[in-house]
Amino acid sequence: MPPRSCLFLISGLLPLVLCGFCGCEKPADGKLAIRNEGSDTMVNIAEAWAEQYHREHPNVRVQVLGGGSGVGIASLIDGNCDMANTSRKMKPAEIDTARSRRGGEPREIVVGHDALAIYVHKRNPLDSISIEELADLYGEGGKITKWSQLGVPEGTLGTDQIIRVNRQSSSGTYAYFREAVLGKGRDLKLASIDANGSKDAVSLISHTPSAIGYSGMGYVTPDIKTLRVSKRRGEPGVAPTVENARNGSYPITRPLQIYVIGTPAGAVKDYVNWILSPVGQKIVLELGYVPAKLHE
Amino acid sequence: MSNAKDAAAAGSSNSHLPGRVLRIASDWSEPAIEWIIRLCGWSAILFVFSIFFFVFREAAPVLFGKLSLIEFFTSARWQPTSEVRPEYGALALLVGTLAVTGLAMLIAVPLGLGAAVYISEFSSGKLKETLKILIELLAAIPSIVWGFIGYMVLGPLIITTTGAAVGVNLLNGGIILALMSVPIIVSVGEDALKAVPDAYREAALSLGASRWEIVYRVLFPAARNGLLAAVLLGVGRAIGETMAVLMATGHAVEIPHSPLDPIRTLTATIASELGEAVSGSVHYRVLFVIGVVLFAITFAINLIADLVVKGIHNEQN
Repeated sequence: MPPRSCLFLISGLLPLVLCGFCGCEKPADGKLAIRNEGSDTMVNIAEAWAEQYHREHPNVRVQVLGGGSGVGIASLIDGNCDMANTSRKMKPAEIDTARSRRGGEPREIVVGHDALAIYVHKRNPLDSISIEELADLYGEGGKITKWSQLGVPEGTLGTDQIIRVNRQSSSGTYAYFREAVLGKGRDLKLASIDANGSKDAVSLISHTPSAIGYSGMGYVTPDIKTLRVSKRRGEPGVAPTVENARNGSYPITRPLQIYVIGTPAGAVKDYVNWILSPVGQKIVLELGYVPAKLHE
Repeated sequence: MSNAKDAAAAGSSNSHLPGRVLRIASDWSEPAIEWIIRLCGWSAILFVFSIFFFVFREAAPVLFGKLSLIEFFTSARWQPTSEVRPEYGALALLVGTLAVTGLAMLIAVPLGLGAAVYISEFSSGKLKETLKILIELLAAIPSIVWGFIGYMVLGPLIITTTGAAVGVNLLNGGIILALMSVPIIVSVGEDALKAVPDAYREAALSLGASRWEIVYRVLFPAARNGLLAAVLLGVGRAIGETMAVLMATGHAVEIPHSPLDPIRTLTATIASELGEAVSGSVHYRVLFVIGVVLFAITFAINLIADLVVKGIHNEQN
């Protein structure tokens, strides 16, 4: 093998080796670092918190990584982060693993709420949809496959076929949507487009007239439309707004939480208290989510 | 090495001191460089085997037990995170990988070989140099950029031109992969054609062959080993590609019935799910089984290529 290929191999492996160390190390300059990882839904909030907190406390640096709730929990279990952001509850099996590997009880801190909005293309004349219809559309064995079955006249969207946009099966949003729409004990239909992130799902729907999908309501853009949602067919739909999510009338709302191992102490404790303070909760509201604590 | 020593010795006869320095330097630096180069060669073997060992070790616990290989290869139901009953049927992913690679090659092989023939035989001077530089530039575009083009540009275009329900599909992925493989096929193919001695072309011309006949009857048979290598390198590029196909194919677990159906590939499944699978879980290990399958596919392609090339050699002898 010529030396050039050798260099190529080494340069290819170097990032792999480096990746094992970066991200979660304490910085060398003596500053405190908090490692915060998890949900893609929460990554915008987590970054806004980290920036604002660093401005107020220059000696603390919060490193925020996305990747999904599952990634954050796996990372917390492996000891690679201090706080896991999740948009779903930890499963009993995960709690057991965390307890045995980290030697402490995972503690859940609810920091806000997220209303999962149902997105369609701007051209779609549909105004509202019920959870029952969503279950028939997304659930295995469900009968809705065409827009005309939902009352959208044929020809308005180019094709009558409904394109279901889903999330990758290991994301917290996917797990929550499955539970909220289908309950436990039923799977989502296969052959959906599995977008690899909340933003990807929304941008795909904005390019695809016959698509429908779901994502946190913080991802609304002017290029896309959200539907009102009701529990049963025929009932009036409720719009995905902060007020409706907070007063519980919007049917697809879920808590956003942070998991830590054991009772938070030191820098992590201060950070968690700050997140629940009026300043931290205001950031949640500003980004289109619902605060966990009411500070009037 | 002995030539270099002779040269150093010859140098020393002219002026005494510099030659001596040169000789001393060459005495230790030559073996050292030899050893460094040797280690580079061996490191390739080491890397391949240790990667294979790692992937296989992670996959092994389910390979001989919890995972039903019959289900894995014959079922198209991939529901790894189901709370009812997790299912690990990878048939749709396997078909997706083969379909998108096949479609990409249907586009890339004629396009790539055509471009190679044009650059090597029909263009000259500045045009030739410009084309070669541009095609090398095409090879340098990162795969995430290709994926983005598929997602944002090609997708909406496919919807408006074909009336497909969704723009990220088999066709989109095939076109993107084809464009990614073309530069490899062109540059390796062009080298193969360039290596055919001019005497062949002159002999064919003197027999009254047209330029097309020279290409088809003389150059293609003479360069077939190199051209086959070009095509297989393109196939390897297409099968292993991950990020671009993840974005351009729609990532839907479905056996495609038309080029306008979305698909999912083996590589994209690993990329999108490995990060969130708890290490050591069945899901995590099944993703490594997919890695082993990908290894097996690339190994088979390389083996077939070797056998075909050897077959051609024997035929010629």
